[in-house]
Amino acid sequence: MAEPKVKYDRQLRIWGEQGQAALEKASICLLNCGPTGSETLKNLVLGGVGSITVVDGFKVEVGDLGNNFMVDESSVGESKAKCVCAFLQELNDAVKAKFIEDCPEELIETNPSFFSQFTLVIATQLVADSMVKLDRICREANIILIFARSYGLMGFVRISVKEHTVIESKPDHFLDDLRLNNPWPELTRFTETIDLNTTDAVVHKHTPYIIILVKIAEEWANTHGGNLPSTREEKRQFKDLIKSKMITIDEENYKEAMEASFKVFSPRGIGANLQKIIDDGGTEIDSNSSDFWVMVAALKEFIANEGGGETPLEGSIPDMTSSTELYVNLQKNYQAKAEADFLVMERRIGNLLKKIGRDPASISKTNIKSFSKNARKLAVCRYRLIEEEFNSPVQPELQKYLMDEDHGTLQEANSLKVLPENTAAGLYILLRAADRFAVNYNKFPGQFDGVMDEDISRLKTTAVGLLNDLGCNSSALSEDLINEMCRYGASELHAVAAFVGGVASQEVIKLITRQFIPMSGTFIFNGIDNKSQLLLL
Amino acid sequence: MADSASQSRSRDLDKLLLRSGNLVGPTFEPGTELRDALNEFVRVLVIGAGGLGCELLKDLAFSGFRNLEVIDMDRIEVTNLNRQFLFRLGDVGKPKAEVAAKRVMERVSGVDIKPHFCRIEDKPISFYNDFHIIVLGLDSVEARSYINSVACSFLEYDSDDNPREESIKPMVDGGTEGFKGHARIIMPGVTPCFECTIWLFPPQVKFPLCTLAETPRTAAHCIEYAHLIKWDEAHSGKTFDPDDPEHMQWVYSEAVKRAELFGIPGVTYSLTQGVVKNIIPAIASTNAIISAACALETLKVVSGCSKTLTNYLTYNGVEGLHTKVTEFVRDKDCLVCGPGVLIELETSVTLKKFIDLLEDHPKLLLTRVSVTYRGKNLYMQAPPVLEEMTRSNLDLPLFELVSKTPRDIVHVTGAAGKGDTKQSCSRKLRVVFKGMDVDMAGGA
Repeated sequence: MAEPKVKYDRQLRIWGEQGQAALEKASICLLNCGPTGSETLKNLVLGGVGSITVVDGFKVEVGDLGNNFMVDESSVGESKAKCVCAFLQELNDAVKAKFIEDCPEELIETNPSFFSQFTLVIATQLVADSMVKLDRICREANIILIFARSYGLMGFVRISVKEHTVIESKPDHFLDDLRLNNPWPELTRFTETIDLNTTDAVVHKHTPYIIILVKIAEEWANTHGGNLPSTREEKRQFKDLIKSKMITIDEENYKEAMEASFKVFSPRGIGANLQKIIDDGGTEIDSNSSDFWVMVAALKEFIANEGGGETPLEGSIPDMTSSTELYVNLQKNYQAKAEADFLVMERRIGNLLKKIGRDPASISKTNIKSFSKNARKLAVCRYRLIEEEFNSPVQPELQKYLMDEDHGTLQEANSLKVLPENTAAGLYILLRAADRFAVNYNKFPGQFDGVMDEDISRLKTTAVGLLNDLGCNSSALSEDLINEMCRYGASELHAVAAFVGGVASQEVIKLITRQFIPMSGTFIFNGIDNKSQLLLL
Repeated sequence: MADSASQSRSRDLDKLLLRSGNLVGPTFEPGTELRDALNEFVRVLVIGAGGLGCELLKDLAFSGFRNLEVIDMDRIEVTNLNRQFLFRLGDVGKPKAEVAAKRVMERVSGVDIKPHFCRIEDKPISFYNDFHIIVLGLDSVEARSYINSVACSFLEYDSDDNPREESIKPMVDGGTEGFKGHARIIMPGVTPCFECTIWLFPPQVKFPLCTLAETPRTAAHCIEYAHLIKWDEAHSGKTFDPDDPEHMQWVYSEAVKRAELFGIPGVTYSLTQGVVKNIIPAIASTNAIISAACALETLKVVSGCSKTLTNYLTYNGVEGLHTKVTEFVRDKDCLVCGPGVLIELETSVTLKKFIDLLEDHPKLLLTRVSVTYRGKNLYMQAPPVLEEMTRSNLDLPLFELVSKTPRDIVHVTGAAGKGDTKQSCSRKLRVVFKGMDVDMAGGA
């Protein structure tokens, strides 16, 4: 279908056909369709998500007309879920949209199995108790869950899933896999066919830096007992050695070689992140193991055997000054090695699958290829149950977040006071305190006019109590922030909801496409001075 | 929980605008007057009605602003539809500004949005002065630079080199690319302007000509060869139009041929489009995030209902989620937002005398000076043909050359420094003619 593809061109360039296919297969449930939920879902509908189910028990009020784009004058008095659903359906008719006029709390209490039909649940504007209950349900049924909430000028986003593995993490800056410090035999043989001391000036300045560095590294190792440069002095000498091979000062390839020389000094073998994942994988896989962990087991074997301590070769090389012929041949060398490594991985994976009683061809070539290419960049994300975070946060971390660091007191600068660094952490605590307040007093602090002083004092008591329960220093919360929380009165502001919805929708995309690394921890949006923070609790 | 407050459209916004607080701006006065002022009097200009612009119009409409205008010179394309949610398939080909304005007004009653389907340069400078704040949803460095220079041109300084508050034209600027983005507040004269921090925007990647012509290595090299070199050779005179599918197809097949010749893999039609049009991948979520941040800051700057961003927010959602606020500092000598060096002159001083004065001025010490005024060359040292053309101005009084404006900005370039260490530089000068009534100063 040519047409849908054109519409999605700008996003296909980010997550490709496979990512798009995953999105189009997904079925998403939204709980509560105020602006926070509606804006989250709008971004996903625009992206072509497969199907959506909007759950909300309320009717549209006049107040909703001031913060929700998906409802209009004619919707007042109608089911909010119905109106939002209709708007979203019109936004993208390829998406299957349904609505249910029910309070999410009802469903959570009386019909937990309702959630099992979905790929992912987006739970917005739920209070702490409902969050905890829903979290248990989704964790049990292995449904991906994400919480999003807007409260005045602050926001809260938190993913909750036992484990999320990522092969195509596509990080921004990642060292290329050139093996300059550990060339394989074919690469060495190829570099031996090149003479760095050629008298042909054109050839000399079009020798790619990969070849230059492999050869010079070898020359160095031969004169240094087989070792590569390790001390600062040695590294400097190594660079000088490269420089000495230049015959004119404008040889770009030699300049690139000097700039890239750090790639020769970097340690061989696999990095700490990958080592941790391999150790995490445990020793035994069984028929219940996911494809990811089966492949990790194969990777572990590969590294210990054919890999000689290294992962399968990634296979691509960056652009560099070079003659076309040498560059293309170098590229072919790298691709051939990557292909050979992939074949080994394929074989090992096949054997492992047989061992655990699965069809040896049940993991596709495409997936194995992707895994081999991305082996150095694998990521595993795990999330605590929200109940565990709420009851026993990582205490030293929480204390650290709450303590003022550089900004112990409010600073004056151009008559603009600078907020303390712990504002985001303070807002996190106050949001939880507000939910406790609501349980005790059947309303949120500051929700109604006229009782502000009373609410402020009650919120303070509640917050102090909460901090004590968590074993934290209760003087960490500023009076100003407590006042501010009451000022918000549980309002749902559109701009804040749009920000929170943007963040939540982006994380949903990462979770469904299984590309890019989702955020860890709890995201607190601080709309006061925009110093938001990720709290790892 | 039914309550009389919930029957009001501004039920949620009222909590911020009607209630006092401690973490607020220095001039914040909560109350219905403030809310009504936002509704009725404040005028906001949104520049761009694309990925950021659509979101901005919605967010601003829901942040209490009722008088909006939007300017965009583009028409809607199919590839916009994955994020520019105000547009539908049937709108393809129509002007973005007009459709965006219409859609938001349909859904949010009480909001008035005036669209302008034209280039930002087509508007007179005075147009921009009619707004309390300008919010930018642009996708080019040049456009930002232009609007920045316009907004900063309204800025006036007092005799102590302090900016006059009523002449400050605030701007909120947002930008996105894939999973990354930024939002910043520009208060000319107070925070750095766009030029002060121009180094934040890295120059575009350009392949060296010899790589394209002699040693191509990547698919992109083959494509740019076909686009930049082969096209002109084969179609001398005819300009390449990236929006013409036939032109694009031609470049693609030539790129394929070249790639085959050199044994280079990877040329696809999609890559060809991407390289030639410099396509930036874009998704709804990043645009939503950055626009929301900008709209929120706009509300805070205008109303004072909370603290404001100080002054630059970067956002990166590739690995996890990271936001960072940096407080950049102004360049006091900025050619665009700086006060400029104050020079007081008699109205009789000729351009030649003025140039001579600059050589001895302690803050300048400029030689080989060229002078421009509001984009016009008053005197140019080089090239010879321009020098000859402007030489006659040297004998005219500067006061005449600036159309007898009592005080104005003049730009000069020249060589600064002593002896052997001279460097070429540009300086902004604030020229004030003596004996003129100070209150006649121009401006809004």
